[in-house]
Amino acid sequence: MFETLRQLLWSNDLIYATLRLATPLLFAALGGLMCERAGVINIGLEGLMLGGALAGYLVALKTGNPWLGLLAAAVAGLLAAALFAVVVITFRANQIVAAVGLNILMLGLTGVALRAAIGLSQGQTPAPTIPIWKIPGLGDLPFVGPVLFAHLPLVYIVFVLVALVAFVFYRTTWGLAVRAVGEHPRAAETVGINVIRVRYLTVLWSGILAGVGGAMLSIGYLNTFQEGMTAGRGFIAFSAIIFGRWTPLGTMLASLLFGFADALQLRIQAFGVNIPYQFLVMLPYVVTLLALFGVGRSKAPAASGVPYVPGEE
Amino acid sequence: MTAFLRAEEITKIFPGVVANDRITIEVESGEIHALLGENGAGKTTLVNILYGLHRPDSGRIVLRGQEVQLRSSRDAIALGIGMVHQHFMLVPPLTVAENIVLGMPSPREPLLDLRPASREISRLSQTYGLEVDPSARVWQLSVGMQQRVEIIKALYRGADLLILDEPTAVLTPQEIGDLFNNLRRLKAEGHAVIFISHKLDEVMEISDRVTVLRDGRLVNTVDTAKTDKASLARMMVGRDVLFRLEKPPVTPGEAVLKVNGLRVMNDRGQTAVGGVSFDICRGEILGVAGVAGNGQRELVEAIAGLRPVVGGEINLGDHMTTYLQPGDLLDLNLAHIPEDRQKVGLVMEFSVSENLVARLFSRLPFARNGFLFLDVIRQNADRLIKEFDIRVPHAEVKARALSGGNQQKVVLARELSREPDLILAAQPTRGLDVGATEFVEHRILDQRSRGAAILYVSTELEEILSLSDRIAVMHRGEIMGVVRPGEVSEEELGLMMAGEKRRS
Ligand SMILES: Nc1ncnc2c1ncn2[C@@H]1O[C@H](COP(=O)(O)OP(=O)(O)O)[C@@H](O)[C@H]1O
Ligand SMILES: [Mg+2]
Repeated sequence: MFETLRQLLWSNDLIYATLRLATPLLFAALGGLMCERAGVINIGLEGLMLGGALAGYLVALKTGNPWLGLLAAAVAGLLAAALFAVVVITFRANQIVAAVGLNILMLGLTGVALRAAIGLSQGQTPAPTIPIWKIPGLGDLPFVGPVLFAHLPLVYIVFVLVALVAFVFYRTTWGLAVRAVGEHPRAAETVGINVIRVRYLTVLWSGILAGVGGAMLSIGYLNTFQEGMTAGRGFIAFSAIIFGRWTPLGTMLASLLFGFADALQLRIQAFGVNIPYQFLVMLPYVVTLLALFGVGRSKAPAASGVPYVPGEE
Repeated sequence: MTAFLRAEEITKIFPGVVANDRITIEVESGEIHALLGENGAGKTTLVNILYGLHRPDSGRIVLRGQEVQLRSSRDAIALGIGMVHQHFMLVPPLTVAENIVLGMPSPREPLLDLRPASREISRLSQTYGLEVDPSARVWQLSVGMQQRVEIIKALYRGADLLILDEPTAVLTPQEIGDLFNNLRRLKAEGHAVIFISHKLDEVMEISDRVTVLRDGRLVNTVDTAKTDKASLARMMVGRDVLFRLEKPPVTPGEAVLKVNGLRVMNDRGQTAVGGVSFDICRGEILGVAGVAGNGQRELVEAIAGLRPVVGGEINLGDHMTTYLQPGDLLDLNLAHIPEDRQKVGLVMEFSVSENLVARLFSRLPFARNGFLFLDVIRQNADRLIKEFDIRVPHAEVKARALSGGNQQKVVLARELSREPDLILAAQPTRGLDVGATEFVEHRILDQRSRGAAILYVSTELEEILSLSDRIAVMHRGEIMGVVRPGEVSEEELGLMMAGEKRRS
């Protein structure tokens, strides 16, 4: 028993899979983090990821180039986020309701678009995928090489992005403006910051990153698209922001935790432990719930979810 | 010599109100220019226009002899206009330095570099005697400190004209003294200052000229040295104002409220009220004096059932009410005029008519079996709006849209129209102008004549002295003594407020 547990947890595979599974979450979460800090709650990450997943698959399939697929995923996320931004920032719709609408829209739209593009029969046509890039030198190190340095390039990029987002938040005037807009938009406006513009740009950014995170699922780890294939990962990414207390580092750690939970359940399944797999599949979601209980009342940016009405109205 | 700023024939119309009606005002460099007027007179609207936050419907603004267009506050800042808003525009989780540089290009754009800013802040602090710690977080600062940050923020942006919208409303007398010294120094350095207030003493003390607004119109601009309080008050209110209250004689009846050894904690779990005892009788006003934050708020909340009692006893009439909830106390005819009318006294998103039944809506005559009688609620609103002279277009406007004075009238109307036995009035005139203050004080005196027992908390000594039958002075949660207004000097009261017990 004890030995089994040791084998289960103490393995290179588990660490490798944790990084692999955390990365799509972290992409979406880093996007969401930026717009949440500007005061826009974005539970539409789920739909944005799904849009990215489909666009990535279709374009990779049609052009034969996975990198073009990735670019398309970013553009798809951007366009869907632009729609969301118009609705919640310009028309000041309730952000939660609009995001739920976006998620349903993307679920339906991706299903229809898939069929329209490749017909009913060929749902399984494999697309070219983004190749793994073993970092020269580092990738050949014993033990750590294969675990840490033989991933999709996006895995390395996302951790660079964490540092970059942290830098932007705390070391640039733009980051200061974003933080101010999320806390007290009126104060930001009185010193000449364009609140609406800041919010638009951060929401668009969240679309790009969530789209890329989605594409990782379809043309990173698989070579196909399935309806609803994000399976709640956008919501988990959203939770990672909260569990991470709206900081880049915290969001990264939370994403790793949720990625770990997912890796663990896959590994338990592979081990053939006698637990119905349905329960195992629930594990990441249960961990997410428990984590959110655990954070208690952590403080969101003060203006979260409140549409901004500029002064002259 | 041309004026530093001249706003000509400024008109601003909001749906249903002419907030500014052809107002002309001139401000010189090296001048402190007071803008005086009752709540709703249009002071904030006018300065918002000067700061580019509102666009006037007509009129023009001439700055340093040239006509300017102010499309946003960015334009105003660039032209050397700075403003300290009535509600501070600071971001609480950010540091002082971050708040001050917010929205300004950094010397190492796009990188944020706070070091040169911190140096400049220190320099401004020294020049104008505005002491602040650039690395402190704003939420940790007292209100007076936050105001200094706002002033430095404007100066950092190179303001030649500084607009302060009701800057003294939130300050202690000590802090007001400091602010005035700072303003005098700014004036000596050649800055122009627009100082908004409705307190006549302050205007007389600090300003060189006064412009008086009433109902959106300009009444007059006068030299402060050539006018006096009475004529300013007349211009502001449009009639003569009595500065001394006429207090009708009332013979106090039996005790209504008996408080014995009451102990209450503050929000942080420290003792806020440390064993106080007193009685209040029918037809009597017990004034509670003291510097803000010495347990007055907790005392009132405990009696109102809003804060748990950890020791002692409260009796209302024949009932022991120590552990009762606000709803139960309502049945015992207790009225509460809370300190914070916007958060506690009113539901800002509800209409005036709804707010007028806010504590009573679930019972007769306003409802039965869970169904509201809307026509009764509407009639109730119409009657109270007339009776308490609440200035609203109609009863269905949201409380948020009302001026402070009218908001307080809604609270008074709801609480006093039930003819309560006990009234807890916590700073009921705070932030109100002469007219509204007078109104509140008269209503309280009417209740006293009717036979209500009244606990009246105020930090303004003058008000306590003129209203109270007896005065309890609080210091660090204890009562330093109970005195009668005729038998005590302001100096003696001041000493008690500072913690000296009265020997008697
Ligand atoms: N944004 C606004 N929308 C509609 N009415 C307003 C607005 N701001 C002020 N008002 C109205 O304009 C009048 C003047 O208000 P204000 O300038 O705030 O007065 P003051 O600062 O002298 O108390 C009031 O009747 C107020 O209700
Ligand atoms: Mg005002």
